[in-house]
Amino acid sequence: MSRNRTARAGVIVAILATGVALTACTGNTPETTTQTGSQGGVKVANDEPGKKVVIGFSAPAADHGWMAAISAAAKAEAEKYSDVELKVVEGTNDVSLQISQVETFINDKVDAIVLLPFDGAALTPVALKAMKAGITVINVDRAFDSPFAARSTVLGDNYGMGVSAGTYVCEKLDGKSDAVVAEIAGIDSLPLTQDRSKGFADALRECGLKVNNRVAAEFTVESGEKAAANLLQAAPRVDAIWNHDDDQGIGVSAAIKNSGRGEFFLIGGAGSANVMREIKADNGLHKATVVYPSTQGADGIRLARLAVQGKSLGDLVEVEVPRQIELFAPVVTKDNVDRYLPTAFES
Amino acid sequence: MNENTATAAVAPTSGPPDGGRARRAVTGLLGSAAGRNTGLVVALVLLCVVGVITAGDRFADVDNLLTILRLASVIGVVSVGMTFVITGGGIDLSVGAIVALSSVWATTLATQAVARDFHWLSLVFTALAVGAGCGVVNGVLIAYGRIVAFIATLAMLAAARGLAEIMSNRKTQIVDVPGFTAFFDASVFGVPVLVIIFVLVAVVGWVVLNRTTFGRRTYAVGGNPEAARLAGINVRRHTVLLYTLLGVCCGIAAILLIARTTTGSATHGGLYELDAIAAVVIGGTLLSGGRGTIAGTVFGVLIFTTLSNVFTLNNLSISAQAVAKGAIIVIAVLLQQRLARRGDS
Repeated sequence: MSRNRTARAGVIVAILATGVALTACTGNTPETTTQTGSQGGVKVANDEPGKKVVIGFSAPAADHGWMAAISAAAKAEAEKYSDVELKVVEGTNDVSLQISQVETFINDKVDAIVLLPFDGAALTPVALKAMKAGITVINVDRAFDSPFAARSTVLGDNYGMGVSAGTYVCEKLDGKSDAVVAEIAGIDSLPLTQDRSKGFADALRECGLKVNNRVAAEFTVESGEKAAANLLQAAPRVDAIWNHDDDQGIGVSAAIKNSGRGEFFLIGGAGSANVMREIKADNGLHKATVVYPSTQGADGIRLARLAVQGKSLGDLVEVEVPRQIELFAPVVTKDNVDRYLPTAFES
Repeated sequence: MNENTATAAVAPTSGPPDGGRARRAVTGLLGSAAGRNTGLVVALVLLCVVGVITAGDRFADVDNLLTILRLASVIGVVSVGMTFVITGGGIDLSVGAIVALSSVWATTLATQAVARDFHWLSLVFTALAVGAGCGVVNGVLIAYGRIVAFIATLAMLAAARGLAEIMSNRKTQIVDVPGFTAFFDASVFGVPVLVIIFVLVAVVGWVVLNRTTFGRRTYAVGGNPEAARLAGINVRRHTVLLYTLLGVCCGIAAILLIARTTTGSATHGGLYELDAIAAVVIGGTLLSGGRGTIAGTVFGVLIFTTLSNVFTLNNLSISAQAVAKGAIIVIAVLLQQRLARRGDS
């Protein structure tokens, strides 16, 4: 199964079957794959101007590269359409403030709300309220608790990121059964970090490896440096390090440089342009990174527009927009980096 | 370090007479260490024992000890400055934000261009100037604007971090000034430059607090501002100087952080205010002012940094680390109180 994933490692957007939430038995396998990144994109009939759609957009504070890219890409996407009016509120990590932002959207009677909740569970009630008020809610990146809280959901694949990274480690360390693998995780209290770590451990188990040393940082450059400096002391010899986030990766790289070590290779996470350029130049420890698309907010905007206008996705036979879309987490290496660099975010 | 002799010498100027302190000073060098920092030394030694038992050579390794010192440097410099402000009866919640703002300002493309064309010291001076500037603003608001320190620095916390975000557009700014990187990456006799700077700051801080008029005035202002005023000390000006001093320390910390991470970022210095205050308080400095020791603060910083290192060596989680940190604060302060009481009786 894990080999399979790498084989498909060319696809940014993998669209799965509809009705996952409604009929639990529906398969999860991607049937249709399109190469239509949300940027660039093929011109399809769906892009023709239609009924005017007012979309409210709310996301957490843009306090690091990936999150900043989410909002920027969403705004850029909305500007492409003459029939979309985007209302953007200031990003916040304060759950109660974000709830009140959504309430304002409800009062304003927008047509759709694209919501990247700081905490999916905490924003579920207000999303339900919006849906009850007849507003199309598109949930992005962090899932709500209730299937009724969103018309459609775009999720990154955190578990899949771990699997992709682990599979790559297995391939690179082929046959080295005593290899030491280290992991620098993000924020341990977040489900997304737990999912990534679980995927990584599961994939390593497939080839008889395990995570020998693990630290969690906080997604910042500074915490990355601190965590990595300690980790390198903890492990006298390392063969591979997976770092969950390319923003904190700048700090990780600095710590590695300070330690003078270099007996291992480094895999990034999220897929920043900085790291991709290093991979392309092939002159650093970064040999790969696992993409966690920073364009999913933009996908949310597109879906909101289509859902309100009653259209479907270009390459689906389906009449309506699907219930759930899970994005793929491909491994970016020197061989395919040119494909991903244009949509990568600057950290 | 003979702290008590020094504080005993200033006791007459520092408000209400403190008989216990004077008596303890007589017991000399050993007595001084026992009176103030034994709790901390015990805690640090215990931690090291745990480190050696659980991680063995990996902990006792020279490289590892240097790593601990290097990690302690940044927060250590801030904590030394914080010791002055708290001893002087104040508090500063904005240190983390000032570190962030200094690091961002010093790493803008413009500053970096100047640093490359002219000299890398211009980058250093920018960080120091920004730190000092924030400190002056804090001090003036508190001393002349009569705003409570807690509130004034809370405002600075919000404003400085916001300004850092605006200046950097929330992007991490990578430093590419060869001279700067080369200087701060270097070691002297195997000791990293970062650690040397931390030691220098601590030594200078100790000398200033214990051996100079400025230090005596700090104790006096913190102990009893009214008495200090009557004794002819310009309390307002002194307050401004204290916050400026801490601002400069934040600037130094920002430089060390830029050197360590090769970046300036609005996310730098997260929760430094709490870490620094925790180190200062378990170091035996009174939150109400009038009593403070640099050595205690340095021990406090080393304890927290060693804790984090020992936990990582044993593959334990950040959450468990936070619990241990809380426990250590309580244990160290309890031990100190016990030993101090015994010393007084």
